[in-house]
Amino acid sequence: MSSEIYKRIQNNPRYQEEMAKRSRFSWTLAAIVLVVFYGFILVVAFAPHLLATPLSEGSTTSVGIPIGVGIIVFFWLLTGYFIHRANKEFDATNIEILREADL
Amino acid sequence: MSRLIAMFVAVFAAGLWVVPAFAAPASLGETQQQAVNPNAIIMFLIFVGATLGITYWASKRTKTASDFYAAGRGISGTQNGLAIAGDYMSAATLLGLTSLVYTRGYDGFIYCIAFYSCWPFIMFVMAERLRNLGKFTFADIVSYRLDQKRVRTMAAIGSLTVVVFYLTAQMVGAGQLIKLLFGLPYWSAVALVGVLMVIYVTFGGMIATTWVQIIKACLLLGGGTLVMLLAFSQFGFSFEALATQAVAASSSGMKLMGPGTLLSDPVTAVSLGLGLMFGTAGLPHILMRFFTVPNARAARKSVFVATFCVGFFFCVVCIMGLAAIVIVGQNPAFFEGGNIAGKMIGGGNMPAMHLAKAVGGNLLLGFLAAVAFATILAVVAGLALAGAGAIAHDLYASVIKGGKVTEAAEVRVSRLSSLALGLVAVLFGILFEKLNIAFLVGLTFGIAASCNFPILILSMYWKGLTTRGAVWGGIVGLVSATAIVIFSKAVWVTVLGNAAPLFPYEQPAIFSMPAAFFVAWIVSVLDKSPRAAREIAAYDDQMVRAQTGLGAAGAASH
Repeated sequence: MSSEIYKRIQNNPRYQEEMAKRSRFSWTLAAIVLVVFYGFILVVAFAPHLLATPLSEGSTTSVGIPIGVGIIVFFWLLTGYFIHRANKEFDATNIEILREADL
Repeated sequence: MSRLIAMFVAVFAAGLWVVPAFAAPASLGETQQQAVNPNAIIMFLIFVGATLGITYWASKRTKTASDFYAAGRGISGTQNGLAIAGDYMSAATLLGLTSLVYTRGYDGFIYCIAFYSCWPFIMFVMAERLRNLGKFTFADIVSYRLDQKRVRTMAAIGSLTVVVFYLTAQMVGAGQLIKLLFGLPYWSAVALVGVLMVIYVTFGGMIATTWVQIIKACLLLGGGTLVMLLAFSQFGFSFEALATQAVAASSSGMKLMGPGTLLSDPVTAVSLGLGLMFGTAGLPHILMRFFTVPNARAARKSVFVATFCVGFFFCVVCIMGLAAIVIVGQNPAFFEGGNIAGKMIGGGNMPAMHLAKAVGGNLLLGFLAAVAFATILAVVAGLALAGAGAIAHDLYASVIKGGKVTEAAEVRVSRLSSLALGLVAVLFGILFEKLNIAFLVGLTFGIAASCNFPILILSMYWKGLTTRGAVWGGIVGLVSATAIVIFSKAVWVTVLGNAAPLFPYEQPAIFSMPAAFFVAWIVSVLDKSPRAAREIAAYDDQMVRAQTGLGAAGAASH
């Protein structure tokens, strides 16, 4: 691939804007995952009794169970949200940016 | 013989390579040979027959290097998602994690969540760029704008170290599992796994490996779900009923329902989390799977499907573990001498298998045993292919021959490499039979998180990374992770027989990962050579390709 096409794309203000937007989106979602996961790990390490609390008076199931399942489901939904927006929005702009670079 | 092994281990640990540690659940521990289970053997033979048929079919379609390493980039997103799940979930996932939930309750669930949480991170930060920048191995990405020889050598060493350690752990686990489930002698079980692995990879390359992994993933998900549903039905599908009976049946009582002692130390807990999360993002055989799809969109879909499969299966494993406490743990038939306070028949990793027998008889037991065997084969095939790629594509074609080599010659060397890796794996599998190899899985993830992951992520995201920084960062990560595991209890005391560990923590990632990042950063910043300036300038073009896919390796035309 010639470096000239790469230069033309880099000089396209839409490319710059789009990349900044995408990167913000990716890292925001990644940050959510890191905060939720390591938050959970820190609760395990420092306040394990919180997770062992019964869900309601007299129940055996602890709050840790729905929290754990909730983390798994939440993360999966986040990946679904990510591909939804990437497929709909980012891929389309991507094609336009490549077209504007005369490809 | 045992002295010979001890000597070998000492030499091995002290000098040549290195030896780190994670946690016990991933290893299968010692097992006793069991009676032959004809159902298991018939079902296993069907699996082997089918996969050998696929390998024959795949061999006809494997012509170019792209076919061999990347299945001609013709794998769809959904197929690749299943294959990733099949590559990632080992027999230790099915047996080890079920057993961990069986003995430790909620602690096992925490492990599952840690093993799972890497996937959304890989999706958001890595999947598209891996696809857009990669060709055959993850070293292709790291060396994209850096020195082909030095950085590639570093990345290949990181890959091979992970591959050899993980293969050894899988081989020892396979030998013990097969001895247990199929009544075969240990050495012949290891040899059988080695031979099948080499056949899949040498003749069928990535196409055969992918389909072995897809079939295995479907079998594992289907078999596990079936056992879970049959067991869960005994509790009327009520989690509360299951939990109440499990708590009543377990000697731990209510402690089952909350975090226990396994992760009570904050340093260990965070280090384990870092190692599992970022180690997965640095496993060469997992990274390689991203190069088999046609484009970034399919790469995203792969991770979406894989995340679902892994997350779902971990929930299945947790229910199986809890149900086993009630159904297996109180049944004297599953314990030696009928004593439910004593040793479980077959060893500590058997709750999943005994549960299958309890809820579905010998037929379901045979099926699940065959699934466990298939699971091992799929994982070792992926590992062998990644190792062959590191030897043939990175070291032979790019470093030794400077890229001046025909595709046919490179693929030939790959095939020879997979044969050599097969021999090494069988040899190590047999040598380490009696060794407590629990530390090996931890070592694998520790090195992947501290050597492969830092240089990979920096090469994709940090403009300032230079060759010198990448090489030194990688070396520091590799050496520090290894040293920590050698000096920790898992190797220094358990394997080498010393009285006290030299280092108090067994999980290296919290120390070795930041060390690798720091050294890569400081060396890059201080690197004022003209080449460093060129490498930094080349980042902008790399970024265009990473973001837009322009110039990315395309799908094969046939």
